[in-house]
Formats: sequence, structure tokens, C-alpha cells
Amino acid sequence: MSKQINIVNSTVVPIKMENIDTDQIIPARFLKATSRDGFGKNLFRDWRYENDDEQQPKKSFPLNNSNYTGSILVAGKNFGCGSSREHAAWAIKDYGFDVVVSSFFADIFKNNALNNFLLPVTVSDSFLQNIFDAVEKDPTASLEVNLKEQTIRISSSNLTEKFDINHYKKTCLLNGYDDIDYLLSIKKEVEEFEKHLA
Amino acid sequence: MAKTLFEKIWDKHVIKTIEDGPSVLYIDKHFIHEVTSPQAFKGLEQRGLKVFRPKQVVATADHNVPTINQHLPIKEELSRKQVQTLKENCEKFGIELYGLGHPYQGIVHVIGPELGVTQPGMTIVCGDSHTSTHGAFGTIAFGIGTSEVEMVLATQCLLQSKPKLMRINVEGKLNKGVVSKDIILYIISLISASGATGYAVEYAGSAIRNLSMEARMTICNMSIEMGARCGMIAPDEITFNYVKGRQFAPAGKAWDEAWAYWKTLYSDADAKFDKEININARDIEPMITYGTNPGMGIGVSGHVPALTEIDEKEKPSFEKSLLYMGLEPGTNIKGKKVDYVFIGSCTNSRIEDLRMVAAFVKGKHKADDVEVWIVPGSKQVEKQAKEEGIDKVFEEAGFILRQPGCSACLGMNEDKIPAGKYCISTSNRNFEGRQGPNARTFLASPLTAAAAAITGEVADVRELISTALEVE
Ligand code: SF4
Repeated sequence: MSKQINIVNSTVVPIKMENIDTDQIIPARFLKATSRDGFGKNLFRDWRYENDDEQQPKKSFPLNNSNYTGSILVAGKNFGCGSSREHAAWAIKDYGFDVVVSSFFADIFKNNALNNFLLPVTVSDSFLQNIFDAVEKDPTASLEVNLKEQTIRISSSNLTEKFDINHYKKTCLLNGYDDIDYLLSIKKEVEEFEKHLA
Repeated sequence: MAKTLFEKIWDKHVIKTIEDGPSVLYIDKHFIHEVTSPQAFKGLEQRGLKVFRPKQVVATADHNVPTINQHLPIKEELSRKQVQTLKENCEKFGIELYGLGHPYQGIVHVIGPELGVTQPGMTIVCGDSHTSTHGAFGTIAFGIGTSEVEMVLATQCLLQSKPKLMRINVEGKLNKGVVSKDIILYIISLISASGATGYAVEYAGSAIRNLSMEARMTICNMSIEMGARCGMIAPDEITFNYVKGRQFAPAGKAWDEAWAYWKTLYSDADAKFDKEININARDIEPMITYGTNPGMGIGVSGHVPALTEIDEKEKPSFEKSLLYMGLEPGTNIKGKKVDYVFIGSCTNSRIEDLRMVAAFVKGKHKADDVEVWIVPGSKQVEKQAKEEGIDKVFEEAGFILRQPGCSACLGMNEDKIPAGKYCISTSNRNFEGRQGPNARTFLASPLTAAAAAITGEVADVRELISTALEVE
């Protein structure tokens, strides 16, 4: 797993659907593994295949459309709602995505993504529409996501938008740090705190 | 300064706040289960760490367990391995496990409250989104991902940004046949599946105050279905009475101290919320969902929205959803045939839910072509149901009382709804494939589900409740 993100320049896979829940991203029956690897194979399993059969890909689903490639997934609002399963973020990352763009992310998913160096980029409704339009016109249209500058740009039109990210999380992603490293470093303070907690 | 209930608990648990970043939040209780913990333990081992406060962690096996013949080994190999891995991890790291066969085993969000582990004023997390359930006791309780499970195991802390605050007031008396599940389905249908994202929600108002603890848990349970970080209800006499005397509840002097503190846990009169919503309980009728997210709910006498009622942008999702459900826009939902009835899950599998269903079905029999599964939330619920003779009522009605677990709530264990079949379910999610590949789910209250069990179709429970049997 790449543990650092700065600039991602890539074509995109668009899924123009709202409220995509984590049960769709990775159905529960695939959560039986005890390691973090290999979930990409079953990403969007039931939307990707007819009758749960890998020999029968659903042609209309974007992941099965060879015109759409790249390391950026673009989806409609309220992406990642539902179950807290981190397997959803693992599956997306394992499949090969580094960035997910939506106009709205569910809270837990967003945290899970950040903890796995998968960058969730929240854009305005209109910018999201612009991305979908650009890709519809030309499937090879690409996006440039610049974490340091907090910008996302549609290369073909040069349309650019700023995105928000928590300063602490940004530093983690840019440097490949995770929260446990930080929390372990303040263990003394935690122990001190416990003494005063009734 | 005036504070909300959330702020009182939050402020007490923040160790420090990183400049321009999240706060370090101390976690009192951590529940774990077999599905979202193995990778966290593996992570600990890779870092060479121990569990920091094993006594503050409670484990159970629920998602992947069968709900019949629990004394036999789990048939499916991967499920068996996952449950076994939890057992090994708990032994290795010194964590109390209420696994299969243990008298305390059950769905994690049922056993915590039932054992008195869940207490007002706490911060509680679990690698499970329905951790919001515990908020019914006036706790900050929320679901986390596996990396966060690892963090809490390693440090008993989490990095969290303070959410915005919302209060939802439900005032007035509930209509006949309307129960707490209907209140929350109504709220979600009103504000949508993303309507509370970024918020901690406090439920208040006379209709909420009048609810039992079980009914309050049902409401807080589904907070996540509108995106809320957590849901909570200020503790009161009903709460204290529920907690008192339970296995892990404080006793004696410790109880007096805890009780004195718990009584301070309410939102001050002039505390500020970022958003407030007011609901009149009279507007709520028995609810049912027709679509594939919990926000797609309607009153049972209503109709599936017509295409003209749907926002242009939402049409692709709406049409996909109805196609999946095999429903036509603009049609009535009442009278729709159902194949399965599932009464269970951390939303509605407590003793009160079972009692409510039993009181309604007593002397009635299920429709011929419907299969009815009743799955108690825990061993203790199962035991109590048997002691009260509720199991007999179910048997006479043709219902099957299974053993505790998540069961058909999530299409992971053996209990799945077959493709294309309709299930009226008291669980919390109607997502595509949630109850099994291509299974179709109508979410409803235990009463509405029981009504469907008797009639074989989506029915208006109000028409079936005689005045003699007033089920509140
Ligand atoms: S009953 Fe359903 S929602 Fe509740 S914990 Fe189990 S799987 Fe999750």
C-alpha cells in the first residue's frame, strides 16, 4: 500500500449514482477474511457481475467498460454510507484507486479512507457534474488532484476547484504517518488523564 | 456556559486538541466482534503492541454465527475461522469474550446495554456502525473502522473532530399502532439517508421521553442511517431504573456517585444546537420502506413516489432502486405480497420487541406461504422469552424462534433471503443485497412485520389491532 499521496494525475472511472453504500462496495459475504488484502477482486461485486458469476460481467457497469481506467473513482453524493466496514476502503484501494471524488462522503467512510491513504476529495455539486460531463464527452479526460495545493483540476477544460481537508490529516497523507504513531507518542499524557477521569 | 448533553460528555473525554486538527478522545468502553477486529489484532502484532486496557474491551461473536444448532461447529469454513480467530485473539490479549455458547452471547449492541456495561456519560466505540444504539443511555457512542479499532486497542484513544450538533424534538402522543421504529423511519424519510451527516443528534421531546429504554435504543440505533455520527437521548429515571442492578452496573456507594453525576447529563436550557427539527408525533403513521436506502420510507397507507415527484438528479438512483425492488412508481405498497418475515437485528430483537409481537399474534396464525423468523438479540433475551412462554405463542402462530445472532440482517451468515424474494424486516438496512444477493427488503416495525406475517402481505397494523388489544 502506498503510504504517501501528493499529486495524482489520472483518467477516471465514473459511477453516476448517489448514496452508494458500503454493502455495494463490498458485500458482507466477502468480509470473512482475516487479512486486509485481496478485497479489490470483489469490489462492487454485485454491480459488476450477473448472478454472482465472474464469467458474466455486466456490460453497463463502468468498471467493466474498458474506456474507463485510472486511479480516480468519481461517484455521486453520499458515497460510502451505511456499514462502517473498512473493507470498503481496502477494496477500493486494493483495486488500484488512490482518490475518490464525490460531492458528499459519509463520515465513517471518509475516516476509513484517510486511514488507508485513499484520498476522499469533496467537490461542489456543479464541479461533480462538470467532471461527469467531461468524461461523458471524452472517456480519456483526466483529473489532476494536488493535495499540497488542495486543488482538483479537469485537464481538458482547466476548470479548477479547491477542496477542504483537515490540516492534520493532510500532513499525515503527505508524509505517510498514521494516527497510531501519533497516539502512541502521547501515551504518558493518556495515563495522566486516566488518573483524573472519575 | 450552557452546554449540550453531547458537549458535557465530549469535554470530559478530550485529552487534548491538535492545533487545526482533531481532538484526542478518551474511550471508556470498546466492543469488538469477529468481523472487524482480526486485521486490527494483526496490526497490533505487527507493531509489537499489547492491548492497552483489556478490561475496557468486551467481545462477542454475532455477525457470522448460525442461528440454529449453535452447539455444532460452524459449517462454513471462513466463518468458523473468523469466529475462531476472535477467540484466539481474546485469549492472547486478555479480553473477555462472550462467544458462542456463553450465556451472555448475543448481538454486540444488545448485550452491552443488557449487561449494564453501557452506562450514561460514557464514550463507547465498536467497529460497527450501529454502535449509535448505546447513545440511548446518554453516551457518545459511534461506529469506527478497523484501523480505528486498532488505535483504540493500542491506546484507548481516538482522533476525532467535534461534530456539529442537531436536536430532533418529537412532541405529543403517538398514534395507535405507531412505535419507536416508525418514529425513526419517519425522521429518516424526512431528512434523507444523508440528512444528518456530520452531526451528533440528540433526540428530545415528550414522545421520546415516554419511550422505554428498548424503544429508545431502536431510535438511536438507526441514527447512522441518516449519516449521523451518533445519536443520543438524555438519561432520566427510565434510564437509571434500567441500568440499576445489572451485572456490570455500579452498586452501593459507586452507584450513588454515578447516579449523582448522571443526573447532570442533559442539554442546558439555553444550550445551542447547529440545527433543530421539530416533529409532531401525530403526523407519524406506521412506516415502511419501498426502496434501497432507509430514507426511502412512506406511511404504510401511502404510495411509492411517482416519477414526477422525484428530483431530476435523483432519478437514476430512484429508478435503479425500484427496478431492484420490482415496484412501479406511484403504486400502493399496502397489499404487496411478502415471502419472508424477519424479526430481529440490533434494531428490534430485545425482549420488549418480542413481547410486542407475541401480544399481537397471540391466537393468530401466520399466512400459509410466508416464512417467519424470530431471532432474539441475545442468549438472555432468548432465555427470558422462554421463561415468559413467548416461545409457545410463536410456535402456535407458526413462527420459528431461532438462536441469537445478526442473522438475516446482513447476508453474511447462513440466514439469507433468496434472490427475488420479498422480506419484511425489522432490521435497519434495505440496501441492495443486504439480506442476500438480489433479496428485496421492506423495513418496518415489529408490529407491522407481525401484521405481514399474519396476512401474508404488507398490511396496515392499525386495521388489525382490536380496541381490546391496545398495543402501544
Ligand atoms: S444486527 Fe445487523 S446491523 Fe446490527 S450489528 Fe448485526 S449486522 Fe450490524
